[in-house]
Amino acid sequence: MTPAREDSPEAGELVATKRGGYHVLTRYDRRVLMLMVGLPLLLDVIFIWWPTMSSILLSFTNYNGVGDVTANNFVGLKNYQFLFSGYTLFWPAFFHNIIWLAWLALIATPVGIFFAVLLDREIRGSGFYQSVFFLPVVLSLVVVGFIWELQFSPTEGFINNVFGLTKSNNIVDWLGNPRINLFAILVAASWRHVGYVMVIYLAGLKSVDPTLREAAKVDGANEVRTFFRVIFPVMAPINVVIAVITAIEALRAFDIAFIVNQGKNGLELLSILITNNSISEASLVGFGSAIAVILLVISLGPIIVFLSRVMRSTS
Amino acid sequence: MGGSRDQKILLPGTDIELPMGLDLSRRDVLKIAGYGSLAAFIAACGGGTTTTTSGTVTAKGGSMSIGSYLSDAVPKKGLQDIVDAFTTANGGTKVKVNTVDHGTFQNTINNYLQATPEDVFTWFSGHRMRFFADKGLAQPLDDVWNDVKGNFTEGFAASVKGNDGHVYAVPTSYYPWAIFYRKDVFAAGNYKIPTDWAGFKALCDQMKKDNLTPIAFADKDGWPAMGTFDILNLRLNGYDFHTELCVGKQKWTDPRVANVFKKWAEITPYYSPAFAGLTWQEAAQQLLKKKAGMYLLGLFVSEQFVGSGNPDDLAQLDFFPFPDVGSQYDAEKALDAPIDVYMLAKKSPTLGADTGQAKAFLEFMSKGSSQIIYWKASPGAIPTANDADQSQYPALTKKAAQIVSNAKRITQFFDRDSRPDFSGPNSMQGFLLRYLSNPKQDTGSLQGQMQSFWDSLQPE
Repeated sequence: MTPAREDSPEAGELVATKRGGYHVLTRYDRRVLMLMVGLPLLLDVIFIWWPTMSSILLSFTNYNGVGDVTANNFVGLKNYQFLFSGYTLFWPAFFHNIIWLAWLALIATPVGIFFAVLLDREIRGSGFYQSVFFLPVVLSLVVVGFIWELQFSPTEGFINNVFGLTKSNNIVDWLGNPRINLFAILVAASWRHVGYVMVIYLAGLKSVDPTLREAAKVDGANEVRTFFRVIFPVMAPINVVIAVITAIEALRAFDIAFIVNQGKNGLELLSILITNNSISEASLVGFGSAIAVILLVISLGPIIVFLSRVMRSTS
Repeated sequence: MGGSRDQKILLPGTDIELPMGLDLSRRDVLKIAGYGSLAAFIAACGGGTTTTTSGTVTAKGGSMSIGSYLSDAVPKKGLQDIVDAFTTANGGTKVKVNTVDHGTFQNTINNYLQATPEDVFTWFSGHRMRFFADKGLAQPLDDVWNDVKGNFTEGFAASVKGNDGHVYAVPTSYYPWAIFYRKDVFAAGNYKIPTDWAGFKALCDQMKKDNLTPIAFADKDGWPAMGTFDILNLRLNGYDFHTELCVGKQKWTDPRVANVFKKWAEITPYYSPAFAGLTWQEAAQQLLKKKAGMYLLGLFVSEQFVGSGNPDDLAQLDFFPFPDVGSQYDAEKALDAPIDVYMLAKKSPTLGADTGQAKAFLEFMSKGSSQIIYWKASPGAIPTANDADQSQYPALTKKAAQIVSNAKRITQFFDRDSRPDFSGPNSMQGFLLRYLSNPKQDTGSLQGQMQSFWDSLQPE
């Protein structure tokens, strides 16, 4: 039998398998499918699974970033052992990430949602407020960090000067005092996060069926009750997105702290410990990878929650 | 090399006499010039003129590139002036300068040198140069050094030699760390230069009464505090202990380290308010604007005085050596005097084609006349070449050369004398900041953490 053209009617016939059965898909379909599944899979493996697996492997080595990894580099669980028992910066960094998450979840995100609800009421100058709150979002976090660094600078900064703290010699060391500098940069991070949450939530609110509100009004529910009992539950898909964004922002927190002082003196974060250890002058790649693996394990929490929600809603 | 014990060397064009009473026979002088003084720097070894360049090593015209950490305005201009002069002198060689923020350059040096570095890069001598030479990321340049070594003293030669005996860098400038002050401020307050610890603290008290911040201090960058740690450890515990501590032969848990922290706590109350949030430039501005009385920093503090636009500011800048602390090691007069160098990046993709030009640049940089160009733009860096025209030096530079010559022991700086993985933001810098956040604390647990961090590092 001469081979048929791939797209010819003959190609649509069932193809016999070696085991004597028949394939459900034609040869052409199978090739297209293989390409469509294989290519993304290949990219996925190259850009996600390979780096992840290498990180996990490297976390068991003392590799210093030069040359090849050899069998001599493997040190077993030594990195993890030191991480949990000897490395004094790990737990502070871990708790700083937790504080970051709590701050965003309990303060910045609710404020963003509140702004969205306010702006949704079509008050006068709504467009103006929207652009004002959204402006920081288009700035990169590095720029945000730089802007706030200028505000917070002890002697030259705006805040200490405008409150007369410089003159009265009551200088507050916003960025240098390890007790308060984390909260100072959280203000900076929230400045951006609030606008981000606001825009996403506002878009969601716009798509809520207005008849729901009217029905609630007819039933005699006030504004607050309408929001919490009617609008908020209807917005469930958006709420999940907001929750995940908040978690991700807290876990990947890096830029502002790094710009301010490379993440030392009270601004240690997991992401910064990874960077400072693995791509610093010292290049403790193995140890940095161990911290990265811990961060990965922590990140799996919100990732699993998110994926399970998404998959449940699609199935 | 020569120089008998009672010989003195007169720096050309100055009235500075350099003592030769030191032991030049020992090798590895700059480990770190510990066996010598500036005499070891400038001593003997001909001190003559630059030898002529041999045609085989260098090339004219063409192009080359430089990776530079000279990101502050003043030194950046200095490098540009040199590059322009080099282009003119070397048949129009096109030089691409890639300037990276100083701190970023240092922190990413490992990746930078392994990826696609420029042909020539700015770096530091000593342990920190050897670290990367050992990793095979720097190109030996013995041929260049053979051409130019006559223009450098033994001390500089030792500072650029790798562990394998090859030369990996050309030293181009150095500067001392000392306590800087404004002459007009001292005159107005009728302050006397303190020579001992009690006098130093009394002066601080007086300045506080006069509404001055006695000691400008800034440690947002993390490294400036190391300068104070260095000098206190050197003076209290001696050069030998300090250098051994830096390389792990002494323990951080040693009570002698605790003494350093205890002594340090006596002067931290005199520091600038909110110092942990200040950059060294901001602290230098306090000194410049007469808000602070003294500042322990490198000679590069003068960059801020150059940048003020008022020539009188620079004229008023002066310094004195760290006061005696009353230990047996005061006599060493030890201080930090780091040497800056230029190196060749082995992994540079263009180095193969540009080798001749890059080496021509290094030879150009080793001439006194070229180093003077940089020094004129950035007077915080003293030329290393013997044939630099020192008649142009103002009093400040002459004095800086002298304070180094008076020191019997010279170190580079903590992050150049110790291993890089112990000097970073999440290690020594972080430890010192933690100490400074509460200087009166019992430092026992902090020292324990420092030692356990050191122990966690793999052997070099």
